[in-house]
Amino acid sequence: METRNSIRPPGPVVIDIENITKDYVMGEEVVRALRGVNLKIHRNEYIAIMGPSGSGKSTLMNMLGCLDTPTSGRYEFNGKNVAEMDDDELAAVRNREIGFVFQTFNLLPRSTSLRNVELPLIYAGIQPERRVERATQVLTDVGLGDRIHHKPNELSGGQRQRVAIARALVNGPSIILADEPTGNLDSKTGEEIMELLEDLYRRGNTIILVTHERDIAAHARRTVHLRDGLIEMDHAGFIAELDMPVATQTSA
Amino acid sequence: MKRLLYELSESWKIAAAQMRSNLTRSTLTALGVIIGIIAVTLMGTAVNGISIGFDKSMAVLGDDVLYVTQWPWKPVDDWWNYRDRKKIKTDYTETLNRMIAATPNSNLVIAVPTSNLMRSIKYGGNQVDNVFVLGTTSDFIVIGLFSWDSMVAMPLGAFNKYFSAKSDSDVRVKVKDKTRLADAKDELTGLMRRVRGLPPEKKDDFSINEQQAFKSTLDPVKNSIAIAGLFITGLSLFVGAIGIMNITFVSVKERTKEIGTRKALGARRRTILLQFLIESTALCLLGGFIGLAFAYLMCFGIGKAFPSFPIHFSVGLVFLSMIVSILTGLFSGFAPAWTASRLDPVAALRYE
Ligand SMILES: Nc1ncnc2c1ncn2[C@@H]1O[C@H](COP(=O)(O)OP(=O)(O)OP(=O)(O)O)[C@@H](O)[C@H]1O
Ligand SMILES: [Mg+2]
Repeated sequence: METRNSIRPPGPVVIDIENITKDYVMGEEVVRALRGVNLKIHRNEYIAIMGPSGSGKSTLMNMLGCLDTPTSGRYEFNGKNVAEMDDDELAAVRNREIGFVFQTFNLLPRSTSLRNVELPLIYAGIQPERRVERATQVLTDVGLGDRIHHKPNELSGGQRQRVAIARALVNGPSIILADEPTGNLDSKTGEEIMELLEDLYRRGNTIILVTHERDIAAHARRTVHLRDGLIEMDHAGFIAELDMPVATQTSA
Repeated sequence: MKRLLYELSESWKIAAAQMRSNLTRSTLTALGVIIGIIAVTLMGTAVNGISIGFDKSMAVLGDDVLYVTQWPWKPVDDWWNYRDRKKIKTDYTETLNRMIAATPNSNLVIAVPTSNLMRSIKYGGNQVDNVFVLGTTSDFIVIGLFSWDSMVAMPLGAFNKYFSAKSDSDVRVKVKDKTRLADAKDELTGLMRRVRGLPPEKKDDFSINEQQAFKSTLDPVKNSIAIAGLFITGLSLFVGAIGIMNITFVSVKERTKEIGTRKALGARRRTILLQFLIESTALCLLGGFIGLAFAYLMCFGIGKAFPSFPIHFSVGLVFLSMIVSILTGLFSGFAPAWTASRLDPVAALRYE
């Protein structure tokens, strides 16, 4: 059994971005949310993206999740150039290769846990019986086997986030993107969610996590610091070891 | 293909859930379509009724009868070519009947003169107005009715006695088989040319008409009434459609974040487009059903209260109004659904 925070040999490259920029034009003013980011992420890595508010964490996350297109730069996902994909191909990548977990859970309020978790399976064209079977299985895996017919307003915050994680997992994606998954939870519930993510990582999932809480980032095996749209630091290990960082790459 | 099917059934479920959870709003919006469908359907029944009324009136002429007349039964531009034609005489009928009798397998049965006067006749205590009169004195006994309604028949001799044999008249010729009207018409043309003694190079100097000729001049009138009526009532349906469009826009706006989430989970543009199209269509179909039910009840009531009122409900009308409802739904849902499908996922997810 490996110890927490031990570093494994990297798998094949899943995400490869080169010199990505993102500008938001607001009237006269141009907000440069990302100003040239380079990042390589391998299969079965566990990365925390940290940085002050407005540093571009969510912008980078949306880019990685193929929800947004960069202003310039190159992005290869599983060896394919994202800029060359059309809308339907991007939808397919988001559906099968990427699992999103949001700070605000983003569950469909009038649907049961089961129906929420089924959604990505519907978009993948899985037949109804298989959908129910698979969604029930994943919900059970995240510890909600007895809550599959509950609606979000009948669940606690932690349970809602578990449903969201089950939904992110249900299509067996290459990576899980979680943008402040514990931001709306108390620290105890947050810790439970982090244990769930740790579990997923141990089972071979690739996890990218945005947070500005040190305790949360401490779960990751690699930490990327953003400041003003640039990677300030990118190192293995977690923030408590900053005193003697194991820097693998530093750019500023 | 399968995937589209799943997306469709999913969209129906969402639409149903959406309607249930916004019951008041959905009902009020559907009301516009309900009223529109009632108006259009009632107009449809009235148009149907008028059409049937026309046909009934037309039946007076008989659909198995040819009319030999000086003027054709349709508007002519070169009236001067018809003005100087010889009049049709009553005694042609005798010659025609002899010729018909002499022709084996003739398509014609009998020719009778007819006056185009409209009179009232009295028989016993009954009075009938606007009767085509073949001839009348108080001495005739009504012995029966032909397939020609509102008609008095009398012996030819008596007719000639009261209406001079040399007088102008039209000639009616009964046809044996009304499915072979064209053949009968040709035969009668030949006979009339012999009666008139026309050499082959001369054009016909008489007209042979049938009910159909009248119909073809009246049909455009009937159709313009129908189109005008349906257009005006269609406007109320249009107002209903705008209501649906409006509420679908509201629905898209309210669920912007949900659209962003769905896109993040792998919904394609098509998926989102379908979802909102189906939502508006479901609303319109619901309105259509309710409107149709109301329209049916109203027709039923009117039919019971005023049996002579020209109103006629038909199965075709049911299908038509369902199709109109669906089209209205697609029409009113398209703009909002298109907007939704084009939303930028990131902007949609950020939307509060
Ligand atoms: N749609 C937008 N239009 C204009 N500016 C934007 C837009 N989205 C992001 N920005 C700007 O880009 C910068 C980076 O935003 P981003 O949301 O990535 O920050 P963040 O690191 O996630 O911050 P936080 O920790 O507060 O979530 C900010 O300055 C923000 O104002
Ligand atoms: Mg953010």
